Amino acid sequence: MTDTTIDTVQSGTAAILRIHGEITGGSDPELMAAYAKASAATRSVVLDFADMEYMNSGGIGLLVTLLVRTQRAGQKLLAVGLTEHYRQILGLTRLDEVISIHDDEASALAAAATT
Amino acid sequence: MTASEPRTPRDQESWAQPVDRLTTTAKSTGVDTVTGKRVAGPVQGFGQMWQKTFKVRLDDVAMDPEAVVAHWKAGFPTFWPKGAAFYAPLAGITPGEVALLEVAPIPGSPVKMSTGVMVLYADRESFTFMTPEGHALSAWITFSSFKEGGVTVAQAQALERTSDPFIELTYILGANKMNDRFWEQTLENLARSLGVAAPSVTSVKVCVDKRRQWRYVRNLRHSPAVSMPLSMLTAPLRWLRRRRSA
Repeated sequence: MTDTTIDTVQSGTAAILRIHGEITGGSDPELMAAYAKASAATRSVVLDFADMEYMNSGGIGLLVTLLVRTQRAGQKLLAVGLTEHYRQILGLTRLDEVISIHDDEASALAAAATT
Repeated sequence: MTASEPRTPRDQESWAQPVDRLTTTAKSTGVDTVTGKRVAGPVQGFGQMWQKTFKVRLDDVAMDPEAVVAHWKAGFPTFWPKGAAFYAPLAGITPGEVALLEVAPIPGSPVKMSTGVMVLYADRESFTFMTPEGHALSAWITFSSFKEGGVTVAQAQALERTSDPFIELTYILGANKMNDRFWEQTLENLARSLGVAAPSVTSVKVCVDKRRQWRYVRNLRHSPAVSMPLSMLTAPLRWLRRRRSA
């Protein structure tokens, strides 16, 4: 059992997925269920990591799976609320080359609106 | 500005530190094709993306998952199939360390492919390798142990793409199955080392992304399909140089 909850908030054509707790390989049902709640008109998916407390390598693998799904749906994947530690991990794994990282939700939504 | 960081994250010590170019303390008998390269994960690969999960039940083994992972880390090279070599870094399997590998592209072949892996993540329950540029695969491979139905199991899970079109072609022609067999044998060897007499490895393979990423076709410049024949051609020169300097 994982300690993960993810809320989905729709903001226009952007779906914001607010992550609370942990992201591990076992968080797949929660993450995919949250993504499934995004409206059919969603053009961008914003992952909000501000309340994430822990992520292991299984969690990073899940982000790649989500990335593939969003790419298949023609959606852009963005991230906000990353601490320096998790920014470094996205850089280390070179996920920052395909996930657009923003300082705050407003700038992420502005970037999402231009896509 | 980034979000405030109220306390040290629990996973802080488990991840490798950011690195631009790889270096290693490992010593192999082959060519170091890793130093100076960047890491490349499944996002940077060319071929279809596969998630492969290999699992073995450790029936009647009185070890908890943490003890199994400690055993796996300590003896990692010894569990590899015959013909493959894993040269551990001095600090062992710890985050950020880089190991060198020599694997036969075809089982039984005297020709060895030199490559390596970086330890991306390691904690008491799992550890993950990430491949460098020039590896046949762009991958993360996680080794873990956990309880399932009251029994300790060991698992190897790869998220991978082949790195370039040449390697993708070899995968289609049979290298994919050879790679599967490699990890099955590794888990069998691990289980035997823990006293399982007849280990049975199960596998689940899912094609996560059927598309090939043509924007990474330039990975060919690092391809072992190119560098390995060159290395073989220049091997006599290296041998002569070693003899002269001896």
